[in-house]
Amino acid sequence: MIRLPDPKPETLAARARIVAGLRALLPESGVIAEPLRLKPYETDGLAAYRQVPLAVALPETTEQVAAVLRFCHENGVRVVPRGAGTSLSGGALPLADAVVVGLMRMNRVLAIDYADRLAVVQAGVTNIGITEAVRAAGFFYAPDPSSQLACMIGGNVNMNSGGAHCLKYGVTANNLLGLKIVTIAGEIIEIGGAHLDAAGYDWLGLLTGSEGQLAVVTEVTVRILRSPEGARAMLAAFRSNEIAGACVDAIITSGIIPVALEFMDRPAIHACEAFAHAGYPLDAEAMLIIEVEGSIQEQDDLLARIKEICARFDPISLKVSQSAEESAAIWKGRKGAFGAVGRISPDYLCMDGTIPTGRLPEVLRRIGEMSDSYGLKVANIFHAGDGNLHPLIMFDANDPESFHRAEAFGADILKLCVEVGGCLTGEHGVGVEKRDLMPAQFTAIDLDQQRRIKTAFDPDWLLNTAKVFPLTDALAPAA
Amino acid sequence: MSVLAPAEEAEIAAAIAEAHAHATPLLLAGNATKNGLLRPVQAATTLSLKHHAGITLYAPNELILTARAGTKLADIEAAVAEKGQQIIAEPPDLGALLGEEGAQTLGGVVACNLSGPRRVTAGAMRDHVMGMRAINGAGEVIHSGGRVLKNVTGLDLCKLLAGSFGTLAAITEIALKVLPASETVATLAIAGLDARKGVAALSAALGAPFGVSAAAWLPRAEAARIPALAGFAAPVALMRIEDFRPSVAYRSERLRAALTDFGKGEIIAEAPSRVLWRAVRDAAPLGAVAPGEAVWRVSVRPSAGPGIIAAADALGGRAFLDWGGGLAWIVSGASAENHRAITAAVRAAGGVWWLMRAPDGLRASLDVIPPEPASLAAITRRVKAAFDPAFILNPGRLYAGL
Ligand SMILES: Cc1cc2nc3c(=O)[nH]c(=O)nc-3n(C[C@H](O)[C@H](O)[C@H](O)COP(=O)(O)OP(=O)(O)OC[C@H]3O[C@@H](n4cnc5c(N)ncnc54)[C@H](O)[C@@H]3O)c2cc1C
Repeated sequence: MIRLPDPKPETLAARARIVAGLRALLPESGVIAEPLRLKPYETDGLAAYRQVPLAVALPETTEQVAAVLRFCHENGVRVVPRGAGTSLSGGALPLADAVVVGLMRMNRVLAIDYADRLAVVQAGVTNIGITEAVRAAGFFYAPDPSSQLACMIGGNVNMNSGGAHCLKYGVTANNLLGLKIVTIAGEIIEIGGAHLDAAGYDWLGLLTGSEGQLAVVTEVTVRILRSPEGARAMLAAFRSNEIAGACVDAIITSGIIPVALEFMDRPAIHACEAFAHAGYPLDAEAMLIIEVEGSIQEQDDLLARIKEICARFDPISLKVSQSAEESAAIWKGRKGAFGAVGRISPDYLCMDGTIPTGRLPEVLRRIGEMSDSYGLKVANIFHAGDGNLHPLIMFDANDPESFHRAEAFGADILKLCVEVGGCLTGEHGVGVEKRDLMPAQFTAIDLDQQRRIKTAFDPDWLLNTAKVFPLTDALAPAA
Repeated sequence: MSVLAPAEEAEIAAAIAEAHAHATPLLLAGNATKNGLLRPVQAATTLSLKHHAGITLYAPNELILTARAGTKLADIEAAVAEKGQQIIAEPPDLGALLGEEGAQTLGGVVACNLSGPRRVTAGAMRDHVMGMRAINGAGEVIHSGGRVLKNVTGLDLCKLLAGSFGTLAAITEIALKVLPASETVATLAIAGLDARKGVAALSAALGAPFGVSAAAWLPRAEAARIPALAGFAAPVALMRIEDFRPSVAYRSERLRAALTDFGKGEIIAEAPSRVLWRAVRDAAPLGAVAPGEAVWRVSVRPSAGPGIIAAADALGGRAFLDWGGGLAWIVSGASAENHRAITAAVRAAGGVWWLMRAPDGLRASLDVIPPEPASLAAITRRVKAAFDPAFILNPGRLYAGL
């Protein structure tokens, strides 16, 4: 288990005063302090870790956020920003002495401009909410994490979230124009705006993916795009991971960048098929879902090119969808992958490393060996075009020993990703989960450089303390 | 004026550590083609990275290339072209505009975050920097990101260093995402639209489902400087489509049909299209810059572009729009009054500017980029100190006193 710093005794002792102070700043229902009502905030998508916070503040305006942060800053109180709490790395996990600042009441779309192709939304608008607001005009917001029904744009910005279609459209960072942020001192600052590029330092780029370490985001200006004329998927199944990997290489080097290029290994295929009955080939070792966009003729042209490439790799099956329904069926299994694995094993850890795509077969072989030695099953889902690997490690939460083995297995996979030239996290963030693995990827000098930037924004280290950076002496719990 | 140009990263680090120890200011440069941008740097020593060169890895199947900062951009363009790929952001060659002859380096282009026409749809140079090695102002080697296409591990220093104009660290190596080059390209040109209607046409094109990859508007005189457009003898809106042949043929016709309200439209074929977008990329429609003139680059929301053109016209300047109307290039007389007039218009439009070229005395005395509000300027100072505690790297380049 990952250790959290000891709560500050003076903060715990001042709880009543802090709650009263917050109540003076926010509307009646905007402060939660009753133990029963704090319970829903005790964890996020990394449900193995739980900690009830000191209190929860639910501001409705940027000015209220500023007032809350100023108050916390003046009183030395730690702050954990929170969107929907779907983080899979424990990024929104509370601390016992922290105030959770939840952005969910800031859920309004403030402006939409189709001529300039942008939308201004509050941080608590859900990811899908943006697309829903612009869909009637034929537009969409591109990054599409699988959690998009629930997760919020403020969380997406802070995790730099990706999605199945980011191979073509990029991740969150590539789809932003501006932010309104509040510093821990309570200053409100506009970053960027409706134009492209920063003239001075690229604060927008630095803040994106900063996991609540630097500031609280209250408004986001996103780029919106015109939806393509149509999209269609195909499925290709192969006899080995090596062959499927070689096929991915061949597609990319032919000059085609599909909008999505998803890879599933045998255990993932079986889990998804049992769950979704999508018609996946159960005799395959590896399967690709490939999606292209454009008019019907363009789809036909691209799918024919891809089919011809796949055919060179002795496929077990090749199925080109002929309709929107068939495409949906092909996607159904993949989109339900988490639920499907959840049916085989109610508890699983979803890992998230990135590797050079060419190393996939070797990495999957070594994950298989680790799976045998840890005695835990694993299913692999892979964004094959960009090398982002999601091993789902199955364990039994009722058996603490099984959980510890799963954590150790996961850590070994991530270290393997770094070893082959990749990184610890492609889209889920470091959070608490990967905090102590950071030295595998970064030198002490690198980490100190990052810490100094954190200090430049948050001198007292009150924002989302004990996440991302391995604990230093000042923060380490007394042994 | 002494110039250090070591080849090895360790030597670059040692030179910076030494400068740090003695608080000696350094002018950081690649091949020194961009020293004229923004404010002049006061430093007796230049540290050039031009000999720290060479492509260190290129995996076309993984869409990644890594190269040392001093590598000539042209060498990288040639290497990726050989594999049918390209640098996504289509960085410009501003040599002619800036009056510099040397070959620009990858490090210089990234440090200034320079992107060309494709930026409007495919992202800026900084969007495709996946990893970096750099030397901070204390002479320490730091790295961020890596050679993979998705990476959210820790703070993204790549984005911060890209576009920092060498004021935070000396970038020594860059991992760049690349993409396949498209099979062909065509351009839809609609002539006779003034700036407002022209940008409306560009917005309609970028808001259509036909994958327009670049969109520019040129006034009559600026268009006349490009051979393929001279025949129009009118302002012209340009929209580019790049893809496989059947797609380009289909989409350019569909786009033309969708935009008939704006005018008849003519489709410019592949070869002249390539020449004309290269000219737009390099700001060639502005023509030669005379000694008494200055160059501004301005980014605003696209619908504010025509207002910037009007401000430039009022000064008797030359100007045109790229990025769907959001990027304005302006040449006008080099004077503080002109600078005030242009930046006032930009400020009113909520955008940003870069003074790209001006006589030294003038650019030393002006806000070459917009000043930041006090709360942000304080963070800027602390972040600068977090990288460069003795304030020795390119002092004064962005802001006086920083
Ligand atoms: C089933 C499932 C599927 C998922 N699929 C994907 C996927 O496909 N791709 C992907 O990238 N991720 C995925 N995720 C992970 C998660 O959904 C993303 O990280 C998401 O962006 C988190 O958003 P949130 O609103 O839930 O943020 P939270 O979990 O509440 O917070 C995330 C982090 O951001 C900080 N934060 C949140 N809001 C703010 C703010 N306004 N200001 C400052 N800091 C803030 C928090 O402190 C925390 O560190 C998935 C999660 C689940 C449970």
